[in-house]
Amino acid sequence: MTHINIASLEVGQVIGTTEFLLTRDSLVRYAGASGDFNQIHYRDDVAQAVGLPGVLAHGMLTMGAAVQVAVDWVGDAGRVVDYQVRFTKPVVVDPVDGAVLVVTGKIGAIDAEAGTVRVDLQAVFNETAVLGKAQAVVRL
Amino acid sequence: MVNPNVQGKKYPATNPYLVGREKIREFAHAVKSTNPSNLDLFAAQAAGYDDVIAPPTFAVVIQERSLATVLADPEADIDFSRVVHGDQRFIHARPIVAGDELTSELEVASVKSLGAHAMVTFETKIYDVKKDLVCTAISTLVVRGDE
Repeated sequence: MTHINIASLEVGQVIGTTEFLLTRDSLVRYAGASGDFNQIHYRDDVAQAVGLPGVLAHGMLTMGAAVQVAVDWVGDAGRVVDYQVRFTKPVVVDPVDGAVLVVTGKIGAIDAEAGTVRVDLQAVFNETAVLGKAQAVVRL
Repeated sequence: MVNPNVQGKKYPATNPYLVGREKIREFAHAVKSTNPSNLDLFAAQAAGYDDVIAPPTFAVVIQERSLATVLADPEADIDFSRVVHGDQRFIHARPIVAGDELTSELEVASVKSLGAHAMVTFETKIYDVKKDLVCTAISTLVVRGDE
């Protein structure tokens, strides 16, 4: 059980908003931690050569950061039992300013019998949604 | 571009991956987690776990080991330089805990063509040493064709 009372929740309710600053340092750190050393995530020349608008954040970094809004709300990362996203738009990370990702979580569905809640995550960069169908099912 | 005949192909289990406590902490910092269950041994134990647990997306590290086998498989014929990650899902039977020894088994769930592009969906099952299912990771890659 968590501190959250499932009966008190309503679909559409906002559970939290977090701003994540993704810098080039964040990308290098994620590359090392995940083992994803695709050069489009840290080399401007390579990103340009393959026709990208710039160095991009790893989609999996965006996915991993976004779910923290649900984790912070439920208090325990182990309560996220099902998590999916679609990668719809790239996050271009400026070498100086980085990129600001604003993630908002809302209650998408409630299953009182199963004791689970679906949190719908909206991840916005540069006024554009970068993830589609970002849904985390959490066990309360 | 992608050989449609690999649909349904299963790849052998990967070598066991030993999940380290510091690897979990490193990954947690990288995805901007501040959650004590990922970082603080005593907090994780108080929550009922044997050790710190991995963030929900850590299973990608295990999935990648299986995916690397497919990308190196000449029969699958996937040009990695043309690959874009389309979508990703993790269904957890239980959280990944430091100390876990995990293997993964990948199946090519589907190969579809989408105009000049191909979409390949992989289903990777991640097991612990007892052969209990820990996580199912589903990943769709878009392989760009000539435009």
